[in-house]
Amino acid sequence: MKTKDLAYIALFAAIIAVLGTLPAVNIGPVPITAQTLGVMLAGGVLGARRGFLAVLLFLVLVAIGLPLLSSGAGGLAVFAGATAGYLYSWPVAAFVIGWLTERVWSRYTVVWGVLINVLGGMVVIYLIGVPVLAAVANLSLWEAIVSGAWPFLPGDAAKAFIAAAIADQVRRSYPVIERPQRELAGR
Amino acid sequence: MTLALYVPRQSAVHRVPAGGKLLALAVLAVVLFAVPTLPVAAAGLLGVLLVGLGAARLPAASLARQARTVRWWLAGLFVFHALFSDLPTAAVTVLRLLALVLAAAVVTATTRVTEMVAVIEWLCAPLRVFGVRPARIGLVIAMALRFIPVLAERADRIREAQAARGGSARGLRGVRTTVTPLLVQLLQMAHTISEALDARGADDEPPARGRRSPVTAA
Repeated sequence: MKTKDLAYIALFAAIIAVLGTLPAVNIGPVPITAQTLGVMLAGGVLGARRGFLAVLLFLVLVAIGLPLLSSGAGGLAVFAGATAGYLYSWPVAAFVIGWLTERVWSRYTVVWGVLINVLGGMVVIYLIGVPVLAAVANLSLWEAIVSGAWPFLPGDAAKAFIAAAIADQVRRSYPVIERPQRELAGR
Repeated sequence: MTLALYVPRQSAVHRVPAGGKLLALAVLAVVLFAVPTLPVAAAGLLGVLLVGLGAARLPAASLARQARTVRWWLAGLFVFHALFSDLPTAAVTVLRLLALVLAAAVVTATTRVTEMVAVIEWLCAPLRVFGVRPARIGLVIAMALRFIPVLAERADRIREAQAARGGSARGLRGVRTTVTPLLVQLLQMAHTISEALDARGADDEPPARGRRSPVTAA
């Protein structure tokens, strides 16, 4: 891994941290935050491997006690709390988004970006976050969906769109994901 | 939001190894969240202040600055819980978070980032088996810690500039006119920094063990 890749990874970990300073909407056990926007961007701008590592790095910074989560939470406690599943899902989400983005890189559009963000940034996060919420907070799966997925749909859909729009613009002005080798060879 | 906030002092707290301080911080967080009662939260806050201002002899201003960055957010949280939960819950939530923010501030003010990073490198040493170089992990953490205040400052400057012009770049227009250019600038900054680091030998393989220079060997 080149130093350039490390710098990009550090940058996106910092972006996710700074997005946490935007006010979050507390609507029950799981807050609506701007930080998942950073997770979507990490995957969409950096690709699978670096996006995954950027989110992982962010979680390491949280774990060593920096209060970087949107609720000002930090430390090891959050990795055992009700929202732990969402945190664990973030690196996976960034990886899925990055992997899919790399697949469609040469014909990436906002529409592709939205589809990818919905799949990687919403479906993946809910699939991991909701069952963990149900287990930790002692809710039924249905209650967990009502409190841990349903209220997020509008906000997450908006974030999926914004992240796709940004990723598309960055791709055109400063592409960070490199073209797959075989595409270059075919030219 | 400043994370690189080391305040040099000769104190017992400064001399505690970084690993010990991080462990204490983690324990404090677990205790405060596991026992959500007013006495525990208040005792936590008092303890942090005693350690920070008393034992470590940090200037009150350095801690106050950290508290000031989160004041509106804590106030909002207090109002929210006072309205929708009850007053004790609101007090516990706010005191607990203030205690943790200040505790993190005390740790960062008494620990050099290099020491902090050394702890992580030490923790990552077993990953060497998988071809991971712990020094690179230390480097990436140090960069992220440095980037956070830089980003917060740039975002603030843009918000101020927009407020001064009487507008707010919200919605999609804001994305196109501010967010994307800012992101591209940041990516370029990251690239420039990585080139500067490489020019100073950051990408070099570390010298093999046992082949030290005669000076250090002697």
